[in-house]
Amino acid sequence: MQLIPCPWCGPREEAEFRYGGQAHVAYPEDPSALSDEEWARYVFFRENPSGPFAERWSHSAGCRRWFNAVRDTRTHELLAVYRAGEPAPEVTA
Amino acid sequence: MTSPPGAHLPEHPDFLWDDREPASSYDVVVVGGGGHGLATAYYLAKVHGITNVAVLEKGWLAGGNMARNTTIIRSNYLWDESSGIYEHSLKLWEGLEDDLGYPILFDQRGVLNLAHSLQDVRDSVRRVNANRLNGIDAEWVDPAGVKEICPIVNVSPDVRYPVLGATYQPRAGIAKHDYVAWGYARAAHAMGVHLIQNCEVTGLEVEHGRIAAVRTSRGRIVAGKVALCAAGHSSVLAKMAGIRLPLASHPLQALVSELLEPVHPTVVMSNAVHVYVSQAHKGELVMGAGIDSYNGYGQRGSFHIIEQQMSAALELFPVFARAHLLRTWAGIVDVSPDASPIVGLTPVGGLYLNCGWGTGGFKATPGVGDCFAHTIAHDEPHPYNAPFTLERFTTGALVDEHGAAAVAH
Repeated sequence: MQLIPCPWCGPREEAEFRYGGQAHVAYPEDPSALSDEEWARYVFFRENPSGPFAERWSHSAGCRRWFNAVRDTRTHELLAVYRAGEPAPEVTA
Repeated sequence: MTSPPGAHLPEHPDFLWDDREPASSYDVVVVGGGGHGLATAYYLAKVHGITNVAVLEKGWLAGGNMARNTTIIRSNYLWDESSGIYEHSLKLWEGLEDDLGYPILFDQRGVLNLAHSLQDVRDSVRRVNANRLNGIDAEWVDPAGVKEICPIVNVSPDVRYPVLGATYQPRAGIAKHDYVAWGYARAAHAMGVHLIQNCEVTGLEVEHGRIAAVRTSRGRIVAGKVALCAAGHSSVLAKMAGIRLPLASHPLQALVSELLEPVHPTVVMSNAVHVYVSQAHKGELVMGAGIDSYNGYGQRGSFHIIEQQMSAALELFPVFARAHLLRTWAGIVDVSPDASPIVGLTPVGGLYLNCGWGTGGFKATPGVGDCFAHTIAHDEPHPYNAPFTLERFTTGALVDEHGAAAVAH
């Protein structure tokens, strides 16, 4: 089974984690000012790259904390993990 | 002198289509040589007389999800919009073997969609009623009825998720996926369509808001119109033309057992425990799982998904306990937010989208081929795919089929 290095707990089996989709999607600062188009972008549209992807994971059966990872979606290799609030590290696949 | 063994093998059978070099330009370039791409090219030629068409496939024809799906065909979706296109497709399936003049082993052995909770029961009965109002064959069967249709299903009440009943669509079934692709390829080729393998699209050229050409690993091809049928890679392709799609590409796994005597007379799907099972003509038990949670383009998934799928299958079908797993694999499915496809025009003139079929595209092959060809030929959606626009995610007119499609979503 794939090991995911939780930034607090270290490497744990994938089955302990829940996936949270794309990272760094901020809630709109002024929601009432958004057009339908902008709401659609916020609610439904996410990056879907073939390659490195910054995404959220929750260590739901461990420390229960959220963190971010950059993972190559072609190989599923985890290129970096970092704690919530930290900027995405520069990585190359 | 006697000949060595094997010296009298028959001649190689005729090829079903010719492997073409790409020409410098086409009226329509279809990107993706899977079921949808081949069907689209076929109906463009047959119904609309558009034969200056190329189907570009980056690997080999029908080697992506067309080779990886579990071949289930049904039309028992909830909403009118879905009923329209899926039932249109099922009707085309019913005449497809004659239409293509090629065997596809389409077998209407019925599908049971099991209910395991009171909410499942309510949703299922609602779906049966909606289907019947739309003229689609559907009935609600109780556990005894499930047992009668498929005797190997465990309907005893003392399991973790007891079977409380099921929806049954008798006209549903399976077909031989490879034969379907080959039948379409052969017929499209016979009408003049170029089928070009090992030709990966690397760029889309847009001039003055209109598609002009595709760049490929085998050179630039000028295109009057471009139709995307690339399933899991749709986001990557659309981005080449500056279009973002509300899709997430996930691995979806399936597996087969060794060949067994016929034991399973129908198709059984279960949303709650995430497994769906039929027995192929050859004898393998074919089982599909739910999608892996994460985005992935690697055509492989995680083993614990297979483990969960097997435990669900074993509880439903105790008779499978001694069967051996032969092979597992994954395809890349493009999952949309409302579990419905996106088929139609784009902001770029002459560029058409067919994607978002997620886990359920195989059953739609003839229907979407027909409707997408219409969309391309007339530059306007066919009534059956008109509801499935990209704009619906802005207008809010979603077609939420998570209930009917949710086995794997």
